Amino acid sequence: MKKKQEISSEPNNEIKPVAGGGLLDRRLFLKRGLTFITATTVTGASGKLLAEEPSSDVEAIQPRQPWMLKPGKPFSNYGQPSPHESDVIRWISANSMASGNGVSWSPLHQLEGMITPNGLHYERHHNGVPEIDPEKHKLLVHGMVEKALMFSINDLLRYPMESRICFIECGGNSNAGWNSRPVQSEVGYFHGLVSCSEWTGVPLSLILKEVCIDPKATWLIAEAADGIAMEISIPVEKAMDDALLALYQNGERLRPENGYPLRLLLPGWEGVTNVKWLRRLQVTDRPVMSRNETAKYTELLPSGKARQFTFVMDAKSLITSPSPGQEMHGPGFYQITGLAWSGRGKISKVEVSADGGKTWAEAELQEPVLSKCYTRFRIPWHWDGGLAILKSRAIDETGYVQPEREVLVNERGNHGYFHYNAIVSWEIAPEGYISHVYA
Amino acid sequence: MSMHKSSFLLIGLSLLVISQSLSAECDPPGNSPLLGKVAPEKLIEAWDLSIFPDGTGLPPGKGNVVEGEKIYNAQCAVCHGPKGIGGSAEELAGGEQGLTGEYPDKTIGTYWPYATTLFDFIRRGMPLSAPGSLTDDQVYAVTAYLLHVNKILPGDAELSKETLPEVEMPNRSGFVWIYPGLKK
Repeated sequence: MKKKQEISSEPNNEIKPVAGGGLLDRRLFLKRGLTFITATTVTGASGKLLAEEPSSDVEAIQPRQPWMLKPGKPFSNYGQPSPHESDVIRWISANSMASGNGVSWSPLHQLEGMITPNGLHYERHHNGVPEIDPEKHKLLVHGMVEKALMFSINDLLRYPMESRICFIECGGNSNAGWNSRPVQSEVGYFHGLVSCSEWTGVPLSLILKEVCIDPKATWLIAEAADGIAMEISIPVEKAMDDALLALYQNGERLRPENGYPLRLLLPGWEGVTNVKWLRRLQVTDRPVMSRNETAKYTELLPSGKARQFTFVMDAKSLITSPSPGQEMHGPGFYQITGLAWSGRGKISKVEVSADGGKTWAEAELQEPVLSKCYTRFRIPWHWDGGLAILKSRAIDETGYVQPEREVLVNERGNHGYFHYNAIVSWEIAPEGYISHVYA
Repeated sequence: MSMHKSSFLLIGLSLLVISQSLSAECDPPGNSPLLGKVAPEKLIEAWDLSIFPDGTGLPPGKGNVVEGEKIYNAQCAVCHGPKGIGGSAEELAGGEQGLTGEYPDKTIGTYWPYATTLFDFIRRGMPLSAPGSLTDDQVYAVTAYLLHVNKILPGDAELSKETLPEVEMPNRSGFVWIYPGLKK
């Protein structure tokens, strides 16, 4: 029998940590390649890393697995995930008396990359998902315009289109962070009211030029064709900048729960302004003061005053792996990965700490890094098996730095409910249990 | 002389810039297919649900607190609780704590800045099980009742398109606009 080769759980001299708690150079994997990865595969009970240990999986020795002994299933008109992935789902949290009023959370902790699969994009509905016949759906643009116009979906499909790869985040995402005690849940189920897609559609500025808006107009009221005729006021400036009348999501027509057949897309702005099932745009010179821009989606401060028309989602990041609900497999090498995004522009840097914020190391940003878009970050880490506190901190191209929780709460109090973007901390206990902490 | 000339030129240039920026809003690029069809006035009127704080958009009609209580108990209390307190849905009334302190109460009476918003929201979406089913008179009545349980209107109050915008909400000036460049 081949002798087991033991490697110390301490990184060797060539792999020197770049920050406390065992964080390693973000380019390490690129530098060292396969030999390094091999050493990460097996961990012995002693906590030593074991390399080249023969597999004890007897079944794997069979020359052919059962599925290699017969033809596979035929083609399908629309592909579905493997049945083995059936636990990768949105987590629904709805009003007990009104099943269409609530949210479903995107499982951030089970996803990789930067694009959210369409079936796992988060949902926030105020009165359910309307079943819209696209032949009968119209967009009306009126108010302070030279000519009020109507557009059918078939009309809009004939306009020049553009794509924007960007995140949409509910203003109420992560609001458990305001609680005085850290909530214990998988990441997606308290930070997952955010998703990222490639949206394709007609630049709103094109349509606003066609109706010819009054130069004195400053606001646009957008209204949905759902069972609550959800409406919200938006500054014309944003509408003329990068707003899109989105018809497609990740290449296919919008999903019903994401606004089929037409949604407004305002890159980087809170989800509620990205009106789904869009049917009416009214050009005005003042906001309408709807319920969802006064009673809701405003943030009460300790002074008793409230922040209104916050719109832009500030920079945020969180580590999706390792994270609560996942397992550590003993001391050794891990890749820390997570997501960062900013409504102000591109993410310029993500820093990670393994010692509760005493020291930080820069993470590698996965290309492409796009404006107002998820940016995936990764950094190698050697866990020594002791207590560790992991944090990530996003910095965007405007220089905005994601704040520590204490700073955010000192500024805003605990009752703002919306726009929580503080640094998130995971505690790794010596036995490997991962929990959410305020640190 | 030359100074006059140059200021004249400057004024001329800035006029040109202004007129260009105005016309730019009305000048679709050549690749736009221009498929919008003129919207009939009647359709705009039927679709336009917006109600502004000054009452613009409010329909004719009226309703009082007493009628509103009956409608509320029949249609709203199942989710919002009796008198707007303690249901599965939003707490609408009973804000005793105000907006500061450890447990602030964000109810209609303590938090909502405009009474018109209440009419607008009820008309567009309530009750969730049958949106659009209340008449305008019924919406005025429920609005009056909710303002009454929030201690803003007396028990004999009636609301119409003239009186609703006159209701002064306690938290009218409680909001700070954050997005830069917005003008009140």
